[in-house]
Amino acid sequence: MLTALDKKLLEEVADLHGQPPGAYNIRKDGEGIQRRSLEGIEIKTKADQPGIDVIVAAGKEGSVHIPVILTETDLSDLVFNTIDIGEGADIKLVAGCGIHNPGSKNAQHDGVHEIIVRRGARLHYSEKHFGEGEGGGKRVLNPKTVIVIEEDAYAELELIQIRGVDETSRVTEVEVKAGGRLVMFERLLTDGRQTADSDVAVKLMGEQSTARIISRSVAQGHSRQVFTPRLMAYGPGRGHVECDSIIMDHAAVRSVPEIWAENSEAELVHEAAIGKIAGEQLIKLMSLGLTEEEAEEAIISGFLK
Amino acid sequence: MFTLEDISLIIEESDQEIMILHNINLQLEAGKMYALTGPNGSGKSSLARVAMGIYKPTGGQVFLNGEDITSLGITERARRGIGYAFQQPPRFKGMQVKDMLEYAFKYSDGVNCQVLRQIGLCPEDYLERALDSSLSGGEMKRIEIATMLAQNPKVRIFDEPEAGIDLWSFEQLINVIGESHRDNATTMVISHQEKILNMVDEIILMEGGTVSMRGDRDTIWPQIKESARCSCRRSCQMEEEIYADCPR
Ligand SMILES: Nc1ncnc2c1ncn2[C@@H]1O[C@H](COP(=O)(O)OP(=O)(O)OP(=O)(O)O)[C@@H](O)[C@H]1O
Ligand SMILES: [Mg+2]
Repeated sequence: MLTALDKKLLEEVADLHGQPPGAYNIRKDGEGIQRRSLEGIEIKTKADQPGIDVIVAAGKEGSVHIPVILTETDLSDLVFNTIDIGEGADIKLVAGCGIHNPGSKNAQHDGVHEIIVRRGARLHYSEKHFGEGEGGGKRVLNPKTVIVIEEDAYAELELIQIRGVDETSRVTEVEVKAGGRLVMFERLLTDGRQTADSDVAVKLMGEQSTARIISRSVAQGHSRQVFTPRLMAYGPGRGHVECDSIIMDHAAVRSVPEIWAENSEAELVHEAAIGKIAGEQLIKLMSLGLTEEEAEEAIISGFLK
Repeated sequence: MFTLEDISLIIEESDQEIMILHNINLQLEAGKMYALTGPNGSGKSSLARVAMGIYKPTGGQVFLNGEDITSLGITERARRGIGYAFQQPPRFKGMQVKDMLEYAFKYSDGVNCQVLRQIGLCPEDYLERALDSSLSGGEMKRIEIATMLAQNPKVRIFDEPEAGIDLWSFEQLINVIGESHRDNATTMVISHQEKILNMVDEIILMEGGTVSMRGDRDTIWPQIKESARCSCRRSCQMEEEIYADCPR
């Protein structure tokens, strides 16, 4: 049975209202509590370690929800999931983690996702983080996502964390083979004394492999953010990294993009910018009748959309 | 009635004081259209920004229908019905055209997304576009004008609406500004375009931070043209003097 709190968390991280469509596996406080496999999408518990295997048959279209929720304090949850998307399949995969920490001790989730997107398959992956709780205990999330995009396959990743998580250290590793394409959007907002660290490494391995990384963040209060996106081309691939941060109050942002090519046909570009909200933007919105706070809010929410 | 009384604006830059505006007195009536023209750097946009509350004047007062609004900020002035279409509208990462139009509608009795059609942009193509560097300069300007139409304020100041607008859309732009002007609205168009100056009731000429001429279009326009010729002759003469010693 899902409680009202569970439902709220699931809504926040996986946009779930009631039962998920398609296949799903819901993990709560360290245990799988609900699951549904479908023909062509098999979900099973790993034998040797905590976590699941999701196996999608070739050519299958559909969605898989595998959200994780934590509702207790003094909890450290570690999970390994393996997701195998068969050749030519077209899958929407919704991960994400919601923490409600009611107490004064930490609630922590460390999740490792290994994903293989086989030849010609398409994956839309979204991972949203959400944290809340009245206790002083920290909400900690350390996801690691390792993806292989095979020949002519396509993966779109959407990684979102808007407030609520006190500490996060994210690692994303992607290998893109010939003709494979990766698009990655990262959206992050931190405030208070939160810290966020995002380390991304993308390897372009073959001909016509492409990657676009678009990272947007807002740092408020005394929060700190570090971005280390690295794009490496071992073949004639093309890649673009864009890191854009709005810095406010007493926050700190460090952005260290790196591009690295080992092939003379490779084309890699990086852009990084950190700055406050432009005065002209505020003035424009205020001249439409918005207050300064409303204007700020509008600019931030547009920026993180 | 929108009144600017004895407005001056001094901006401090490093340890210098720069006089941007001085001794400006203007009464703009409801129902009338005005053109504000003058050389680059004469202070037109600065005056518009003082009217909108973006710049606080160093001296003088601003009245809207008799109420002293000098101390009011941008937001309050907008809510009282003052609108300003920027000369260079800012770009926003992520924000969409429809968001901007919605904000404009929020505090107004504005019409609807027809405003995009009015300025020749197909809403289906543009509503979801981001207001970022992917839009061309002319598109940004048109959206800025559409935003003003959506806001539909009582006092509307367009800052060089024709800048960057293509030949084909120019007529349409003039029509739209003319048609959107209401009986109880005050429209002021900052412009260098004769066609725009031709459609207004009155022309105000600014030079060197102050109003140097003002009046009925038919009386003023010939005089402005004449003075423009003079200044050209003057500057050519000056050039000749400067270059007099140069080997040709
Ligand atoms: N914030 C500022 N700091 C310094 N100087 C300024 C500032 N704003 C305006 N100025 C100066 O004031 C003068 C008037 O500028 P303004 O933008 O009002 O001119 P304008 O008449 O609108 O010109 P244009 O026809 O080129 O648009 C210019 O010399 C400009 O450099
Ligand atoms: Mg100007």
